[in-house]
Amino acid sequence: MTDLLEAPAPAPAASGVPATPPRRRRPGLPFSPWHLLLAPTAIVFAIPFVEMFLASLTPASDLVKVPTPFIPSTLTLSGYASLFTTSPVLLWLGNTVIVAGSAIVSHLVLCSLAGYGFARLRFRGRNLGFFGIVATIMIPTQVLMIPTYVLFSRIGLLDSLGAAIVPWLASAFGIFLMRQFFLSLPLELEEAGLLDGCTRRQVFFRIVLPLAKPALATLAIFTLLGSWNDLVWPLIAINNDQAFTLQLGITTFQGARRTEWSLLMAANVVATLPLILFFLVAQKQFIATMTFSGLKG
Amino acid sequence: MTTAPTVPADRRRAIRRRGVARALEGWAFVGPATVLVLGLSIFPAAWSFLLSLQRWDGFSDPVAVGLGNYAYAVSDADLWAAVGHTGLYTLLFVPSSVLLGLLLAVALNRRIRFVGLYRTAIFVPFVASAAATGILSTYLFSPQFGLLNTILRDLGLPPQGWLEDPKQAMVVIALMSLWGSAAFTTVIFLAALQDIPAELVEAALIDGATKRQAFRHVVVPQLTPVIAFATIWQTVEALQLFDLVYTTTRGGPLNATQTVVYYLWNAAFKQTEFGYGSAVAWGLFAITMLITVGVILYSRRARIEAF
Repeated sequence: MTDLLEAPAPAPAASGVPATPPRRRRPGLPFSPWHLLLAPTAIVFAIPFVEMFLASLTPASDLVKVPTPFIPSTLTLSGYASLFTTSPVLLWLGNTVIVAGSAIVSHLVLCSLAGYGFARLRFRGRNLGFFGIVATIMIPTQVLMIPTYVLFSRIGLLDSLGAAIVPWLASAFGIFLMRQFFLSLPLELEEAGLLDGCTRRQVFFRIVLPLAKPALATLAIFTLLGSWNDLVWPLIAINNDQAFTLQLGITTFQGARRTEWSLLMAANVVATLPLILFFLVAQKQFIATMTFSGLKG
Repeated sequence: MTTAPTVPADRRRAIRRRGVARALEGWAFVGPATVLVLGLSIFPAAWSFLLSLQRWDGFSDPVAVGLGNYAYAVSDADLWAAVGHTGLYTLLFVPSSVLLGLLLAVALNRRIRFVGLYRTAIFVPFVASAAATGILSTYLFSPQFGLLNTILRDLGLPPQGWLEDPKQAMVVIALMSLWGSAAFTTVIFLAALQDIPAELVEAALIDGATKRQAFRHVVVPQLTPVIAFATIWQTVEALQLFDLVYTTTRGGPLNATQTVVYYLWNAAFKQTEFGYGSAVAWGLFAITMLITVGVILYSRRARIEAF
């Protein structure tokens, strides 16, 4: 995977283009002029999250003052207390963890198996199957949501957590990603394994899969982001607040509780903090995921 | 397969048996995922097209109406209004997201102090969901209590209606989309910048080009395919805008943010017009494909070689 974090290397030969003549400064400016662009941009990008965290800790009475103070007069957890005691948000969080967890596990297993099969095995129907997979990448969800809704209602899957889980069990993108990765591996290792008497299954699990960790990380992050943040499908398929996902649940606050800002922002924190923390820890893998889904997806 | 008459029958059988064994092994690997993906896409897509030729509310018997739904769509003033709002959003969002991504990629692709901090601040919003972003927007842009109007008041400027003003609502939605997706365009331009061999620029500089000329005539042409790709990708995303509308304005005020997909969702799942909703979905699909193919053909003719 492209490693963008390490990119602006000190030696010009190894680095990207615009980094080449780095140390020329405008006279009178003790720092690179790019700071004048980047610092304000970074602040503007950070403000919404900063506001979200601050507002979630601000007493409700502060948030309906005009003008609303930027820094709260006191910090309080009452927004969170009211969120956890008056709404099933923990249940929704659990639902989302179940949906995202099963999506990730299933994606990792099914897409890596299929990706390997399409990359390495020769068998009847392989090309047709792979062509079908690639063709579906172009079909937009809007075309699929009505018949999928009808289908799920026929099989009694609507209004249950299963409705949110099933569409996330595998994806064309995941299969494609894993196939591209396996194609890039050298054949020799697998051939050696087969000569030593391993079966295909053993080759896959013992030799190939351990090498696939970067691709599996990309796939896991891609699936996590998509399934954790999905809104439109749960909105269509789930009408029962016991089976709400977190994202769907918090949008229901926008009705009756739309002015309880500290509760709303606390809900927002619960819905985004796990991914923010994860992003901060695994920034490199996230960026690799974005790059891959952009350039090759 | 080898069906030469000289091959003895038992060997032919053995070959066939090996073919079957290979197929079994192959499908054991690819079968589950392939069945799931195709079953949840090809089959519903075909069904959706059939639905688009019917009038059906999901309960009573469907009525075949031929191309009636499509004919109605063409004359549906509300749908055209939604097309207009979607077009406005696309024009607001796509050029600015491509330009911002390009600018930030060039800026972040250098070794200056704090660059890691800047990058993190700009990239983190990428993980924010549409639901969270929407709720956050209604807070930041709240006419009474929002940060934006507080700043305007402090500067002695008149506070604005933002999401409650039909003229401004779409601009606010585009701004918040930009906040969440700048990371994406920035990252793909960063990757492209780093793929350009440094020698190219060095050669231009040695030949006497200024830094600006080297950027304009060496770097930009190398980036053009990626710019074309990012434009298509962001356009497809923009044409499908739904989530942020649902979580901010629900199509309002005065339908000013009702996009095509919002209209489709409303027709299908609020009015339970499954046939008409499917027709609108196929129309959107067709327009998306036309635009994509158009950009590809244009960039081929312009020798951009993106595809």
